[in-house]
Amino acid sequence: MPSLPDMTTPQVAELARHQAEAHPAHPTVPQPDEGQEAFFETLLRIGDSALVLGHRVSEWCGHSPALEEDIALANVALDLIGQTQLWLGLAGEVEGQGRSADDLAYLRDAWDFRNLLICERPNGDFGHTLMRQFLFDAWHHELLKGLAASSDPRVAEIAAKAGKEVAYHLERSSDLVVRLGDGTEESHRRMQQALDALWPYAGEMFLGDDKDAQMAARGIAPDPASLRAGWDATLRHVLGEATLQIPASDFAHKGGKQGIHTEHLGYILAEMQFLQRAYPGASW
Amino acid sequence: MYAQLVKSEGMKAREEMTPQEIAFQERIDRGEKIEPKEWMPEGYRKTLVRQIGQHAHSEIVGQLPEGNWITRAPTLERKAILLAKVQDEAGHGLYLYSAAETLGVSRDELMELLHAGKMKYSSIFNYPTLTWADMGAVGWLVDGAAIMNQVPLQRTSYGPYSRAMIRICKEESFHQRQGYAVMMKLAQGTPAQKRMAQDALNRFWYPALMMFGPSDKDSVHSAQSMAWKIKINTNDELRQKFVDQTVPQAEYLGLTVPDPDLKWNEEKGGHDFSEPDWSEFFDVIAGNGPCNKDRLGARVKAWEDGAWFREGLMAHAEKAAARRAQAAE
Repeated sequence: MPSLPDMTTPQVAELARHQAEAHPAHPTVPQPDEGQEAFFETLLRIGDSALVLGHRVSEWCGHSPALEEDIALANVALDLIGQTQLWLGLAGEVEGQGRSADDLAYLRDAWDFRNLLICERPNGDFGHTLMRQFLFDAWHHELLKGLAASSDPRVAEIAAKAGKEVAYHLERSSDLVVRLGDGTEESHRRMQQALDALWPYAGEMFLGDDKDAQMAARGIAPDPASLRAGWDATLRHVLGEATLQIPASDFAHKGGKQGIHTEHLGYILAEMQFLQRAYPGASW
Repeated sequence: MYAQLVKSEGMKAREEMTPQEIAFQERIDRGEKIEPKEWMPEGYRKTLVRQIGQHAHSEIVGQLPEGNWITRAPTLERKAILLAKVQDEAGHGLYLYSAAETLGVSRDELMELLHAGKMKYSSIFNYPTLTWADMGAVGWLVDGAAIMNQVPLQRTSYGPYSRAMIRICKEESFHQRQGYAVMMKLAQGTPAQKRMAQDALNRFWYPALMMFGPSDKDSVHSAQSMAWKIKINTNDELRQKFVDQTVPQAEYLGLTVPDPDLKWNEEKGGHDFSEPDWSEFFDVIAGNGPCNKDRLGARVKAWEDGAWFREGLMAHAEKAAARRAQAAE
């Protein structure tokens, strides 16, 4: 088989010129208003986490182990989708480029998503889903308490509303973790396995970067590390009562907040964004 | 109509009735409600268990065709509306299983009968939801047909069933409006969206007509149920009413009902329309619809995969009770 000739620099330049003529430059990606980038990113982190976890939870609809669970999980998913509308709506406002919550949810690719990795973990068995929810709720509850005291009144208002919902989510997931941890041998084993499998995805919730530092300095959002003590206390209490062992490792997968995700997110988005992508510009 | 082909007892003539049965029938004729602990003929109880059970099963299996689009809903608002709707279906299932429990049959027993294929659910849920427009068509046509049946059932003779129907009807009429709103958006949208809407109407029209059950002349179970006010209208009456209500709604959307013989009949004050293909209906009822295996399979899987969860909760409740008893000693 004849090999292709080596590609030389002048040929590459020529190719690039042809390409540029054939395809005019893409419209530029909108940039947030000056000084608002960290704020925009922070709102995406919160809103995307709610969106992606809400999506995962909604996958259970009609398939959960009891009718009461179908109803309760739909409730949790509904709350998270409602919160997504508020957080991403505010993100679009802060960005100032005219993007709506739907534009942000349905027209960004994975690398522009800022959700925590734990939110995109597959559902696994029902115990896995509940443990993921508990670890998230315990953090979410602390986060919203902090955000309710935000220097930005819009943030404080959304956090106050979401906080009431999440207090209930945490009550429910804690209760089920206790009952299943201290249930049968099998339910105990499954809950411990879920905790062990999800543990490496919990640490990311408390890792801050320079954007988090800017937000904390402006009093808009709490420093992620400051949420750890409250979360630890909830875990000790609930997992203790559930007779489950908190894993010793402190290894944490990270990257979600910076847009480096697991392979799972691409599939979530392929499904979630299908109609908006297949019928661009249509109104639903 | 989530209860089709509900087996009932043969109609008893008045002279064959015991004095107790006559008194019971008279209460029903006077429009009194029968309450759980009161005496009732065994046939009345059995027919109600079948009908309410079938209705409850339809609600929970009915979560699946719409649940199929929750993760693909095109906007956050549509996703929330669809989630809330499917959640309502689960809630309806709960009220109805509770109503059935007042007749002495547990939810678990009914579920096991469903899973074993010994109890049915509505044929409509054995059809697939293939495009987003099906979320509109299901709300508009399927919930619309269900309401047609359920509104009169608010006056049914059995108290708990009647009260469940009153709550359910309020929510169903909301669902129908939401479904119609989805269709309206599509019908006024791009050519591709309009095509999607028409395609959904084409696929759901006849299955929706089948929801009312076979024609009165072939419906063998109606007379006794109607005397007991478990069934209020005949299948054909309800089907006619549904067609008459739905045709102008389709016209408003600019969509065509897939029936070349559909026309207004001035004399009868209603539409003439084609009957659905009843051989298809009996195939679907017999388990050979496009989704029967998948729908029942999904329910069985949910039940079996969830066994450890339900057992875990039971075990914990027993432990907690034992601990409380010990503490009280």
